[in-house]
Formats: sequence, structure tokens, C-alpha cells
Amino acid sequence: MSVSSTTANRPSLYDLIIKRGWLGKGLLIVVGLLALWKIVVSLLANPTLFLQQVINGLQLGFVYALIALGYTMVYGIVRLINFAHGDVFMVGAFVSFYGIARFQLHNWLSNLAPNLPPILTQAVGTLSVMAVAMAICALLAFTIERIAYKPLRNAPRISALITAIGVSFFLEYFGALKFVFTPNFITYKRPFEITTWFVNTKGIGQLIQGDTIPEGSVIFSNIFIIIVIASVALLMALNYIVQKTRVGKAMRAVAYDKQTARLMGINTDWIISFTFMIGAALAGAAGMLYAVAFPQVFFWMGIIPGLKAFVAAVLGGIGSIPGAVIGALIMGQAEVLSAAYISTPMRDAIAFSILIIVLLIRPTGIFGEPSREKA
Amino acid sequence: MSKRILVSVFLLAAVLLASCQPAAAPAAPAADTGPIKVAVLAPLSGPVPTFGVSTRDGALMAIEEWNAKGGVLGRKIEAVVEDSQCTPDPAVNAANKVIDQDKVHYIIGEVCSKASIPISEIAEAKGVVQISPTSTNPDVTLKADGSTKKYIFRACFIDPFQGLVMAKFAQGKGYKTAFIMFDQGNDYVRGLAEAFEKSWTEAGGTVVGKETYTSQDTDFSAILAKVAESKAEVLFLPDYYNIVNLVAAQAKEKGVTSVMMGGDGWDSPDLDAKASDGGFFSNHYSPEDTRAKVVDFVKAYSTKYGATPDALAALAYDATYLLLTAIEKAGSDDPAKVAEALAAIELEVVSGKVSFDKSHNPIKAAAVLQVKDGKVSFVESVAP
Repeated sequence: MSVSSTTANRPSLYDLIIKRGWLGKGLLIVVGLLALWKIVVSLLANPTLFLQQVINGLQLGFVYALIALGYTMVYGIVRLINFAHGDVFMVGAFVSFYGIARFQLHNWLSNLAPNLPPILTQAVGTLSVMAVAMAICALLAFTIERIAYKPLRNAPRISALITAIGVSFFLEYFGALKFVFTPNFITYKRPFEITTWFVNTKGIGQLIQGDTIPEGSVIFSNIFIIIVIASVALLMALNYIVQKTRVGKAMRAVAYDKQTARLMGINTDWIISFTFMIGAALAGAAGMLYAVAFPQVFFWMGIIPGLKAFVAAVLGGIGSIPGAVIGALIMGQAEVLSAAYISTPMRDAIAFSILIIVLLIRPTGIFGEPSREKA
Repeated sequence: MSKRILVSVFLLAAVLLASCQPAAAPAAPAADTGPIKVAVLAPLSGPVPTFGVSTRDGALMAIEEWNAKGGVLGRKIEAVVEDSQCTPDPAVNAANKVIDQDKVHYIIGEVCSKASIPISEIAEAKGVVQISPTSTNPDVTLKADGSTKKYIFRACFIDPFQGLVMAKFAQGKGYKTAFIMFDQGNDYVRGLAEAFEKSWTEAGGTVVGKETYTSQDTDFSAILAKVAESKAEVLFLPDYYNIVNLVAAQAKEKGVTSVMMGGDGWDSPDLDAKASDGGFFSNHYSPEDTRAKVVDFVKAYSTKYGATPDALAALAYDATYLLLTAIEKAGSDDPAKVAEALAAIELEVVSGKVSFDKSHNPIKAAAVLQVKDGKVSFVESVAP
């Protein structure tokens, strides 16, 4: 958006309020401030419960972050909103489900070496399941990219977008077939038992199943720890790949200018496939973590988290990797805090309103750069 | 989002198809010797497919048994099974299809109240007898002005009754505080929650919290943190098993110690017995009952389908028996006469001795069951 007016044409108050939409923006800001006020009041009323809700939001936010990265990376490099991404997430959840429930993959080390401490064998088992889910999702994304998106690389952008929606439907309804994932809600088997701890001013302790939470404590479970550690580790790995490796450099080059990158000898087709695969691997990991936290898998489970992660990516500035993470953490908090303090059925409405507000004020998202002219 | 797109595509296709069809020929008078058609509308796909399969199997088994005895009024019985998806739009399409195209006079179905209510409007308008085996919302058999729909019956007790039973049962166990969680967009869940709250407070209990959610939600952490904070003795969650599984699994993680209670939506082989261990729910029948009718039914069903019948199968079986007995009593294939015979019926079926009140709701007792050590066991029978 370029301001080309050089004349000293000062806008009237009417222009400012109506034409530039300050009326709408003002209203939204007032609504936002009201919500903020409500949250501050709740914080002062019961700080422990508030902290508990923040932890709940953090757990959700980190899972969204892993999904959002896939959207933002693919968009950054091929300018495609990959709507099938949420369904790759669903496939990741199912792969981990079958790995655990049918193939007992999480037990391989404890079967092999029963004398090792259970915490080690469980951690290795869980990580193996996650690795398998990530690998299969990466493979799936590679196939999707080669079959559905590559032939459309030079087609109008809307064709690729519609293809993405088609791929999304295909994955959902193929998954719903009786001999694939079935259309049923399936109870997910967690690869480890849940342990819950409580923290208060006196210290930390384990919460015994069936006991009430001690007064003034905040609780968190091993699921929370695993989600945070796994997400942070994956984010750091991604950052290393993008910033420090040759492939990462090539990815950045392709994102910046595809034609020139190709002229410089970069195999852009391979780099694009690689980007899809990394995004899908993160979605696969997210699928497993999501299913561990909310233990139920079914063929439509990817739609809503996928949409929310997409919103998170746009919120943070689509194309920006740190933006996706920050956007996702904001989404997680917005959702849980609005469910806790404003209205539970309205949680999604509120979360999506935040997107509208941010985009009205900053159309490129929090970390987004104003779009450059491209060849 | 994609669901909505899909629905619009289907609607568009339906409109196109409908506009292409030639004007319907005047209905030929039904032959008195052909088979009597009974439609079974069940949610074979959608959110609760196991409910649909049980319902279909129960109804089909009853029809087979009658056919083996020589049918009804000397005519064979033919089942027309349609998938109504526990969702209003597909249910309406299925109902119109079986009435207009297959010319059925009798419908067994739907399972979910939100699908049965729109079907009942069509059935009542077109003079087709409908027995819903399991829809517990009062509006299934009642018109907006409170009068009874002539052609609509149900084989199960209604929502307020289940709420009352659970409130009565919980207070009998000495509990004083309850937290209620319900899906505002689901007639069945809201009906149970409201009835529970009413009976609970009338009997002197305290409702320490009430929260709503939507059927799309998977993350219940915000609500469960409040439940834990409230230290309620009872968490009343009258939703279907898929939501119960999600909430129960997260409740343990969030330090919730309340005893979970719910309605017959919990009754499914897919209920996560580990997560919901210790929970209670009301139901229409228990396969552990020792009455001869129940024993025979459980035996026949498990030989045929290789599984213990759940309440949905039992009620679909009962609904079919009630319907066919009424046809025999009426002595004709005329839906109006069959509806009259049903209203006056008194019949011992699997779920107990059934007669209908003036709102076409059956009068019978309810069973309270408990999830314990991976199994569901019969606790006690609670009379209205």
C-alpha cells in the first residue's frame, strides 16, 4: 500500500472516522479493552485459578504452534494456503494411535531391555511413536505435493487453493472409510500413565489420584511437560534447519525469489517438497501430542485445530516462523481465557474476533512484513 | 467449514435432482397382500454410528422373529433401512424418501432427539406412525402448543425423567453439591441438564457451577479447572459417550474428584471405562436383569450378532414389537387405527411392562448403572 498523495490535502474528521474505518476500529478496541478488563478482574479475584487457566492455554497454544508452522512455511515458500494441513495432522494422530494400540511401538525398549528404568523406556517409546508419525506424515505430504500441487505450480493461485481443499476432503473421507480409520470416535490409548503435580507457595508435590487439590495450588501434569518440551525442542530443531543448514539457506532463498534461486542452481522443486515434508512432520508430531492431551481420534479431528492454527499463522504474520509461534500461543490463551472468563460456547467466536481486530489494525499480522513486489 | 461446504453441495445437488424429476404419479392403492413396509431410520454414520448399528440390528431382529412366526396380519414384513446421521437435514431427507418413495406407513427411529423432532413433524403431517426407540426429548411427541402428536410414540422414558432419576439417586447417596456441564446446542443434553438442576435444587441440593460447551470442543481444561476449584461432589455430564470419554480423560489429569453422572448417552461399547471409572448413569434396561424376556432377548441377540445388546438394541427391538403388536390389534394396515391401538396398548417387553400416558410416553422404571473396573454393572432400579 503506497501513499502517493503529495498534495497537502488534510483529511477531514468525517474522512478519518468513516472512510478509514476508525469507527469500526474504535468499537473493536473498546470491546477488546472490556475483555481485557474482565480478565484483569478475574486475575485479581482468584490468581491461582487464573494461573491454572494460563497453563491450560499454554498447553493448547504449543500444539497449535506446531501446526501453524506448517501453514506459514508452505505459504512463505509457494504462497499456498495448504488446507490439507489439518488433515495431515489427523493422519499423524491416527498413525500414533495405531503405533501404540496395535503395534505396541511405545513398549519396544522395555520389551527389549526390561531392566532399564521405566521413565527412560517410556520416553524412548513415546519418542519412537512420534518419530514414526512424523515420518509417515512427511511421506504423505511429499506424495500430496508431487501429485496435487506440483503440476499446478504455474497455474493461477486459486486453482492450487481449490486443489488443497479437494485434498483435504479426500483425506477426511478416505479416512472415514470402514477399512481405513472408520467413521467412529476412537478412544486414544496414551503411551504412558498420567501423573499430576501441584505447586504452591510451600513447594511441589505429587497429586495422588482421587485426592482434592490442596488449597491455593496450581496443578500440571506430565502431558503438559511433554507437550512443552517436545514443542520447544522441535521449534529449536526447525530454527537450526532454517537458519544454519544449506537446505535452510536454500529454503530462504526460494522463499525470497524462486526464479533467481533456480538460476543460482538451487533445485527448487526439491526444496519445495522438503518444506512440505518438514511442515507435515511437525503436524504429525502435533497430531500425536493433541491426541495425548485430548484422547480421542476421529476423521474430522483435523478441521478445527487446523483452522485455528491457520488463524494463528495469519495472526502472527503468515510466512513468518516466529510469528506463527507467537500467534499460536496467543490463540491458545485467547481460547482458554475466554472459555474460562467470558463465555465457553463463544470461545471460538472470541478467538476469531481477535484475528479480525489484529488484521484491521495490522493487516500483515504481528510479525508480517508489508508485502514486497515480486517478479 | 468443510462440513458446511459439503452440506451446501448436497443441497444444491438435491435441488437440481428434485427439479428434474417428473411430476409424481398419483399413488396407487396399496395392495392388501404385499409386504407391510417398516422404515428403520438410524444414524449409521455421523457422530454416533454405534447407536445406529445397535438400533438397526435390534429392529431387524424383531422383524425377523415376526416373519418367522408368519408376519403380521398374514403379510410379510419388509424393513427399509435408511441412514439419518443423527442430524436434522439428512433425517428429513430420509423420512421424505421412505414416506414418498417407499410408501411406508410406519417408521422406527430416529435415535437422536434433534433428528427425531423434524422427522416427527413430517410423519404427523403425512399420517405415518413413528415410534422413536430412544429419543428422550419431550418435543418428539408434543406439538408446540403442548398437545400430543397423534401418530408419534416413543419406547423410552423422557429427559426430565432421567434427570429426576439421577438427582434422586445422587441425593440418596448423600451428595449435596453438583456441577452441571452441558452442550447448549443439543436438545437431549440440555433437556437432561435442566431436569437434573430442577429436581436437584427442589430436593435441597446446591448447584455450585454450571458451564456450557459446544459439540466441536475437545479442550475442556478451562471448565474442568473450575470444577476442581468448586470441589463439587457430583459432576453431571449428560452427553454422549464421545464427549464423556474426552471430559473424563481430562478430568483425571486436572485433579477433578467429583463423581461423574450422566444419562443413557453414556451407554456404548466405546465408552472409555478406564477414564469414566466410578461414574453412574441412568439407562432403560440392563442385560444383567434376570427377567425371562431379557434373558431370551440377550441370548438371541448375542447368538445372532456376537455381542451383548445395549439399551439401544433393546429399545429398537421393543419399539418394533410394540408397533407390530399394535398393527395386529388394529387388524388393519391403516396408520390411524394402528396409532389408536398403540395408545391403548399394554405389553411386557424387554425394557419392562409398557403402557403409554396421554403424551405417548411409556410408563416404566429406569435402571441406574455404574462403570466399575472396566465393566458396566446394574446398581438399582428407580421408579418415577
